[in-house]
Amino acid sequence: MDISDFYDTFFEEAEELLADMERLLLELDVDDPDVEDLNAIFRAAHSIKGGAGTFGFTVLQETTHILENLLDYTRRGELTLRRDIVDTFLETKDMLHDQLDAYRNGNEPDAEAFERICRILQQIAQDELGLRNAVSAAAETAAAAPAPVAEPEPEPLPEVKSTAPDASESAASGARQLTITLLGVSAKDRELLVDELKHFGDIGAQSGDETRFQVILESAESQSDIEAVLCFIIEPEQLQIETAAAGAADVDSAAAAPGQASAAADSAGDSAGDSAEEGGGERAGESTGGSATTTPAAKPPAASGAKAKAAAKAKSKGGESGTIRVPVDKVDQIINLVGELIITQSMLEQTANDMDIVSHGPLVNGMNLLQRNARDLQEAVMSVRMMPMDYVFSRFPRLVRDLADKLGKDVELVTEGKSTELDKSLIERIIDPLTHLVRNSLDHGLESPDKREAAGKSPTGRLTLSAQHQGGNILIEVIDDGAGLSRDRILAKARANGLTIPDNISDDDVWQMIFAPGFSTAEQVSDVSGRGVGMDVVKRNIQEMGGHVEIMSQPGKGTNTRIVLPLTLAILDGMSIRCGEETFLLPLNAVLESLQPLAEDIYSMAGDDQVLKVRDEYLPIITLHHALDIPGAKTTVTEAIAVIVQGEGRRYALLVDDLIGQQQVVVKNLETNYRRVPGISAATILGDGSVALILDIADLHRLDRRKSQQRHQAKHHHSVEVQPA
Amino acid sequence: MTAQASVAAIVSEAASNEYLVFSLGDEEYAVDILKVQEIRGYENVTRIANVPEFIKGVTNLRGVIVPIIDLRLKFHLENVEYGGQTVVIVVNVADRIVGIVVDGVSDVMSLTPDQIKPAPEFGVTLSSDYLNGIGSLDDRMLVLVDIEKLLTHEEMQLVDRTATQG
Repeated sequence: MDISDFYDTFFEEAEELLADMERLLLELDVDDPDVEDLNAIFRAAHSIKGGAGTFGFTVLQETTHILENLLDYTRRGELTLRRDIVDTFLETKDMLHDQLDAYRNGNEPDAEAFERICRILQQIAQDELGLRNAVSAAAETAAAAPAPVAEPEPEPLPEVKSTAPDASESAASGARQLTITLLGVSAKDRELLVDELKHFGDIGAQSGDETRFQVILESAESQSDIEAVLCFIIEPEQLQIETAAAGAADVDSAAAAPGQASAAADSAGDSAGDSAEEGGGERAGESTGGSATTTPAAKPPAASGAKAKAAAKAKSKGGESGTIRVPVDKVDQIINLVGELIITQSMLEQTANDMDIVSHGPLVNGMNLLQRNARDLQEAVMSVRMMPMDYVFSRFPRLVRDLADKLGKDVELVTEGKSTELDKSLIERIIDPLTHLVRNSLDHGLESPDKREAAGKSPTGRLTLSAQHQGGNILIEVIDDGAGLSRDRILAKARANGLTIPDNISDDDVWQMIFAPGFSTAEQVSDVSGRGVGMDVVKRNIQEMGGHVEIMSQPGKGTNTRIVLPLTLAILDGMSIRCGEETFLLPLNAVLESLQPLAEDIYSMAGDDQVLKVRDEYLPIITLHHALDIPGAKTTVTEAIAVIVQGEGRRYALLVDDLIGQQQVVVKNLETNYRRVPGISAATILGDGSVALILDIADLHRLDRRKSQQRHQAKHHHSVEVQPA
Repeated sequence: MTAQASVAAIVSEAASNEYLVFSLGDEEYAVDILKVQEIRGYENVTRIANVPEFIKGVTNLRGVIVPIIDLRLKFHLENVEYGGQTVVIVVNVADRIVGIVVDGVSDVMSLTPDQIKPAPEFGVTLSSDYLNGIGSLDDRMLVLVDIEKLLTHEEMQLVDRTATQG
């Protein structure tokens, strides 16, 4: 076990902190920033800096350090925020992310970018504060010494710093003696922690056992830095750090103590390792003599205030520790095993159903119970994979802000249904298509402020992202109140692309055209969109996820793009059907109704194609046994059963022999060991252990058409050959 | 560590010379035993439409969907029958599990390098690309099939062309 084992933890935590930082920066009201938010941003930067220092990620540490200094001035009100400063902070955040990625991949981060961002940040400090020396000196110190010694610590408390140095930091200029107490830490971790502490300075006496272990450390590092590092290994509650500053510092801190108690109480709420200070406060009551505690002899009310704050924070921390990180493959393994269990259970159920309920009563009852438990278990396990849409939506505020700036548009982003849950595999795959749609809306949909005003609309465009559950599906919408799609321009473009278009084509059909490859009506290709690759990719991606996309648009009012996706790909409510001797499954949400076709409702079109009239609607007929060459199926249309199904937004009449019933099945990928099969989306295992294929309606229709074309050609070819004879 | 490595080397060296011998009609073939995962009976195969005849379909191997290929059909043998004696050799090639139908499995043979002769240029059905060579053992002739090359070849239509490129 060595420190590199904690790299992954650090990377993950740092990534979350950066995401938090970005979210907070975006939410920040530049004119009247919330102090709590500023503190939170500062804390995030500070925690990353601490971790980066420990793991020796020097560049990351230095960048965060400079950023942290600026943030510190900001939260103290010495630096007034402007939009461009927030932009720079955001840019720095991106840089930090790049650096993090570089370290994660075992590379050194881009030095040029680092220097550039340092210069920009220093420029801000210089311009806004006239603090060139302070910041650049800090940067130089940090650059000179990878493990910085005596760097000016921005952590100290604002009110105190101006007058007397803070007790806990008073000796920042030189090495101090720290007493570090570890509570309930195993021997193995203790060893590791002591190794860690050696990076900070000289280790003195060590004593104690598992419940309470004390280490004396001589170090110039700030207490909070040490805490931040150790907290990668242990919980903050397990750690207490006390300063035992030598000589004069003792007097100083004693003198500073009364005036500073309230300040310390304030800081307890926001410093990274406040729990230790809280611990210090508690210990002050216990009066462990000899060393001056962090909040020495704090006034009771102030101390309790600090405690209350810390307790509130501990409570939220308690919420955090209620979650665990689990690798996805472990979760998937559990899902697979539960899937196996369900299959075994339905196998048993089939056997039990044949038994006499009188003589095997308890067994049949047990089977019913098992069925219920197995379903509950499956549902519970599936919910583990579900993630809120916020995971996707949270990345758009930044994108929209940057893009709107670039395009000179004024856009307000509204998100609805952030907590709507979707399967993890789907949620990751929806990001790209959704990003594309948002970019499209911003670029083509929403107009520039003057055009909007001319059209009598508010100059600020409105882009809404919403998600909601709809039956077994999730409906994701991208709505803008822009100019809407231009029917004429799309049709002109389609004609230019050589498409033949019926005169009375419906709007819906026109809108679907923009999903054709190579289709872009943008008058000018921008680097945002308009290259004509994209919408077809969007559609394909969504179809691959088992969903479909549709557009509703009104000229001048805006466009609404709706994506409908299944909630999960792992289980499926299916309708099992029979054709010949073979069993297939239809996704239940694709099945609308089933009926016995009557001869007079069947019409032939252009010879081979047949349509079925269902309540004034003519539906193309897909003959399953034709498409899949099934022997022994009912060939007379009127003997078969027509299942009305929909796929990719269109309806078809699927001719099958028989309906068997409805069942929930575990979806098994065919491509794991085999390949994609036309007309088939996946496979599943039935109760008797055999494999049944799950039909893909739209693809089945394409297959059926291809095959009837082949038949037609073969017939034609044959007749040509026969004629001369 | 080094001892372990050398043991592993010995084991793999020894094992790589072992072949599972199976019969297709009157002919004897052999595959590298390390590629073989298990041997089971032929049962419960779900047909897949619009695929070559030699792809019999897919089956459920303890929850995993596995394609089943009949090598007898692939090699154009006559008298292809399915009965209680029909055997499926489940092989693990290129991170995929595939079942191959054969007439029977006889034994496991160890072949020394001098017992393996280079494969002659064959005709149409079985290109020498898919062969490791010919094993000669007393008066028996074993066709040593490179099962990985055979099954991943395009004409087997087992893998998507795009997938093989990646």
